[in-house]
Amino acid sequence: MTNIIELKKVNKWFDKFQVLKEIDLEVKPKEKIVVCGPSGSGKSTLIRCINRLEEHQEGSIVVDGYEISENTKNIENIRAEVGMVFQQFNLFPHLSILENCTLAPIWVKKLPKKKAEELAMENLKRVQIVDQATKFPGQLSGGQQQRAAIARALCMEPKIMLFDEPTSALDPEMIKEVLDVMVDLAKGGMTMIVVTHEMGFAKEVADNMIFMDEGRIVERAKTNDFFENPKSDRTKLFLSQIL
Amino acid sequence: MKLNTLKPNKENLYTYLVLGVSLLAVGFIDIVTNTFLNLNITGFLPVIISFLSPLILGVFGLHFIRIEYSGNKTLDRINKNFNSNNINAILSLIVIFILIKYIPPLLNWLFFEANFLGSTKKDCTGDGACWVFVRVWFNRFMYGMYPDAEQWRINISFIALLVSIGSIFVLPSKFKKYIILFLLFIFPIIALNLISGGIFGLEWIETGAWGGLSLTFIVSAFALIFCFPIGVFLALGRRSDLPAIKYSSIGFIELWRGVPLITVLFMSAVMFPMFLPDGTYMDKLMRVIIAITLFEAAYMAEVVRGGLQALPRGQYDAAKSLGMGYWRMHLLIIMPQALKLVIPGIANTFLALVKDTPLIFVVGLLELAGMIGLAKTNPKWLGMATEGYVFAAFVFWIICFSMSRYSQNLEKKLSTDR
Repeated sequence: MTNIIELKKVNKWFDKFQVLKEIDLEVKPKEKIVVCGPSGSGKSTLIRCINRLEEHQEGSIVVDGYEISENTKNIENIRAEVGMVFQQFNLFPHLSILENCTLAPIWVKKLPKKKAEELAMENLKRVQIVDQATKFPGQLSGGQQQRAAIARALCMEPKIMLFDEPTSALDPEMIKEVLDVMVDLAKGGMTMIVVTHEMGFAKEVADNMIFMDEGRIVERAKTNDFFENPKSDRTKLFLSQIL
Repeated sequence: MKLNTLKPNKENLYTYLVLGVSLLAVGFIDIVTNTFLNLNITGFLPVIISFLSPLILGVFGLHFIRIEYSGNKTLDRINKNFNSNNINAILSLIVIFILIKYIPPLLNWLFFEANFLGSTKKDCTGDGACWVFVRVWFNRFMYGMYPDAEQWRINISFIALLVSIGSIFVLPSKFKKYIILFLLFIFPIIALNLISGGIFGLEWIETGAWGGLSLTFIVSAFALIFCFPIGVFLALGRRSDLPAIKYSSIGFIELWRGVPLITVLFMSAVMFPMFLPDGTYMDKLMRVIIAITLFEAAYMAEVVRGGLQALPRGQYDAAKSLGMGYWRMHLLIIMPQALKLVIPGIANTFLALVKDTPLIFVVGLLELAGMIGLAKTNPKWLGMATEGYVFAAFVFWIICFSMSRYSQNLEKKLSTDR
């Protein structure tokens, strides 16, 4: 099977500070990858580079067959294929939940309004907040907002979903409802790259684990191997602290 | 009963209440008789004490009735709002005394001793304002030098404007869009042609004859309509990644913000025609409107930019991640939120614009304040400046206050409670 995402020798600097160093990564369709590591290790930057919310300076990133730094005109089409869920939800506060979900399908994919609404209701049902559709984001709890954000991304019917610490800004009680939705999504066969510290979720869902530190991928392994016998000392130290 | 003069409390509530209220009453009687009857009931005291006697009596009175948790709601409210300590008591009394002293004469001047009827200055026999002046000149104040017989054209335009604005609120929201588009793009052209004439057999009336309040409206309306979109584009330009657009926006904004409006108007009237090729001509009013528009657009740009800065970066990220390009992102996500944030600033700029319009007198165009300035120099009506400018202030206040109220309503209506 060909890779849906392929990173080769990606380097990125913020001014003089190098945040990504020689990153190589291949993701196959339907593969689930969990990225973990200490804060400041470049995990978020890595997945933000994949849909070019951040620009990398060296190396190549190929998403669904397109080299994204060459296709700058085409970048919106590539982004439409890649859904993203953020730590801070980033719902549009001036629009209702339903409008949040229909806006991009109507304006970017040019779906008729009615069809977009059907699609939105379907996805809201999937994340179990159909009853909140007419409310505004400010009226929802954090967990509901994050599920709405997942539904919004799903409405674009993306091939890949990127999750940037989706549960880090949530109360412990709400983390589970969001993780449940993500597990459900994973079982549905979505290609997922998830930056998270939720190791329970990782064990349940991930095919592969990636451990990053100081801008490098320190370890990449099958999920079982990663937790059972990690190779590098840095990984062992990290796991001993987090588990 | 033992009177403790320093500590009024609940037990001796009524004793102190009576004492305090009587002292206050004496203070008030003193100031009232002094003001209206020219009778100083404390005249037997030394001058300075006599002058301050209402204040001294009042402060003692208020001190005596300052009883916490008296159980009397009215008293408690008075104490909380006007009388929480001695300094506040003094401030409250001073404000009340000033109002008593100056409101009645003001009302007298404005209404009771003013003259409303008549047709010449000689009809103003009272001591108050001579509103005859405003009455006689009212037509000029509204329409400037616009010929009387043709004023229906201005009236119709104005009524049409009010009707279409009113219909936005009455008709179902389906038509709203079209009415707004009509108001922005079609109505100004119709109104302008109707007022200036020269087509459909209407008499041509040159812009030099336009004036009064109608000119205030025309200049403000056009400047408002155009300065807003230009300001938005300048704000976006200033935040652009493309250096050419960015620096030309910065240059434009800083240039126009850096010069006084009055010099801009002079330039538009005196310098600008020299740069035009021979034989071309641009109407003076048009030049003035363009000048004011560009001037206010620079301010608008900075107001809008403030709103753009205030939005969290996550909103841009989210819009981009959904595949939206630059224009879609700004139109659908960024601008609706940013503009909502800066409604107070936009209202501020609009109010300033309306109040800046009198400055067009420097190029010889006379809107409301300008017409008043002209009328007061008429030999038959010398000395009427106060009445004229009070009238101008009143009209401007009505216009600006309605705009301000509208902006507050809009703010409330658009808030989606974060």
